[in-house]
Amino acid sequence: MIPPKTHRPTPGQTVGPFFAYGLEFPKQHEVAFPHSPGAIVLSGTVFDGAGAPIPDALVEIFGPDADGSVSHARGAFRRDDHTFTGFGRAFTNDEGHYEFWTRTPGGSAGRPGFFAAIVFARGLPNKLHTRIYVPGDDAALGADPLLSSLDAEERASLVATRTPDGHLHHDIRLQGEKETVFLAF
Amino acid sequence: MSRTPAAAPESLLAAPDQATQAEITREIAEAHAALAAREAAGESLPATAYDFPAYRSSVLRHPTKNPKLVDPETIELFSPAFGQRDVAAIESDLTLQHAGEPLGERMTVRGRLLDSWGRPLANQLIEIWQANSAGRYIHQRDQHPAPLDPNFTGAGRAITNDAGEYAFTTIKPGPYPWKNHRNAWRPAHIHFSVFGTSFTQRLVTQMYFPGDPLFALDPIYNSIHRQKDRDALVGVYDHDLTSPEWATGYRFDIVVDGPDQTYFEQEGDA
Repeated sequence: MIPPKTHRPTPGQTVGPFFAYGLEFPKQHEVAFPHSPGAIVLSGTVFDGAGAPIPDALVEIFGPDADGSVSHARGAFRRDDHTFTGFGRAFTNDEGHYEFWTRTPGGSAGRPGFFAAIVFARGLPNKLHTRIYVPGDDAALGADPLLSSLDAEERASLVATRTPDGHLHHDIRLQGEKETVFLAF
Repeated sequence: MSRTPAAAPESLLAAPDQATQAEITREIAEAHAALAAREAAGESLPATAYDFPAYRSSVLRHPTKNPKLVDPETIELFSPAFGQRDVAAIESDLTLQHAGEPLGERMTVRGRLLDSWGRPLANQLIEIWQANSAGRYIHQRDQHPAPLDPNFTGAGRAITNDAGEYAFTTIKPGPYPWKNHRNAWRPAHIHFSVFGTSFTQRLVTQMYFPGDPLFALDPIYNSIHRQKDRDALVGVYDHDLTSPEWATGYRFDIVVDGPDQTYFEQEGDA
């Protein structure tokens, strides 16, 4: 039995233009140590409604390990280069590009693996939640409750593409044609 | 991969139309009235409006579709784990990061991190960043002609204790000019970034100071359309937290929003 909520949530605000010196930490985008076994690059570009890349956005991911297990290990903030915590933070560069070194998130019990992702940006009044699904397992993707509730174009906005060298590519569009599906819980 | 070169970030900071403050203030009032009417008609609206054109740089950066309501799944019901040792105690004192003392009004900000049921959230990371007492950010893209303070960076971190409490010692930030419209000034604020026990509770917000005359003029503060929600972002002056001959004190409690599933998450941790 869940009792009614008693406290009104504090509203969110934009991260603004100057978050970099407040939020940066060493190796923030190295969820997995680069080139370690199983490490892949997850990268893409964040676009605005005119199709222009956003150079002052911030993407955070939190994902399970390759076997689908959720890490409860500390150390996301002080990387030791071997503990997998699942959490990473990346600032977009001047071309709107973000990238992480991480592992391919595993699914569980017939469910597809995905990264939970949050986007922040100057000009974006509050955070946006989304998911970045791993491509390939069409049966699991097809059975996913969220994906199966979407049309083909919306679904495509949530599923990464595998690059020829085995990495993952995923663009995020805040607005407009092929707008990324964002989530409320 | 993009083939469009990104505009230089500096050029994006200035809105092209440069409306007057009176025009922006009118747009804010009209947006608030329209949102209140939609709410009165039964629509459920988020506390912060994503589509708030008085904040000019939001025009091309907000989603136009409603978010999809989903049940959070495993990974979304957990959050990266933090502990007291992840942050050095000195990182919560922004006045001790350089050889000398920063200029300005020394202040303490203290508060509690709570979930939607009022339960304290222990061992969570809180990050803050802010302008100095002259309203200048150390960021290289902030080029407005106010002095940098060689003894103040303006970034701090803390981990909440077992009672969900955090405390920072800092310098009260100054109001800050920006280029949203002509003669645009942000009310003094401290940026806050917090984690909860579930990733869905992640929050980035801003804390303001009581009685700021710039509140009614600021499109970012007013992207929160209800007065009672805006009030929640104003720190409360607390004379009991003020220490003699040392620092003024403000209280700022933060409540993260969690779907019902997070109720059990926190119970499980206890």
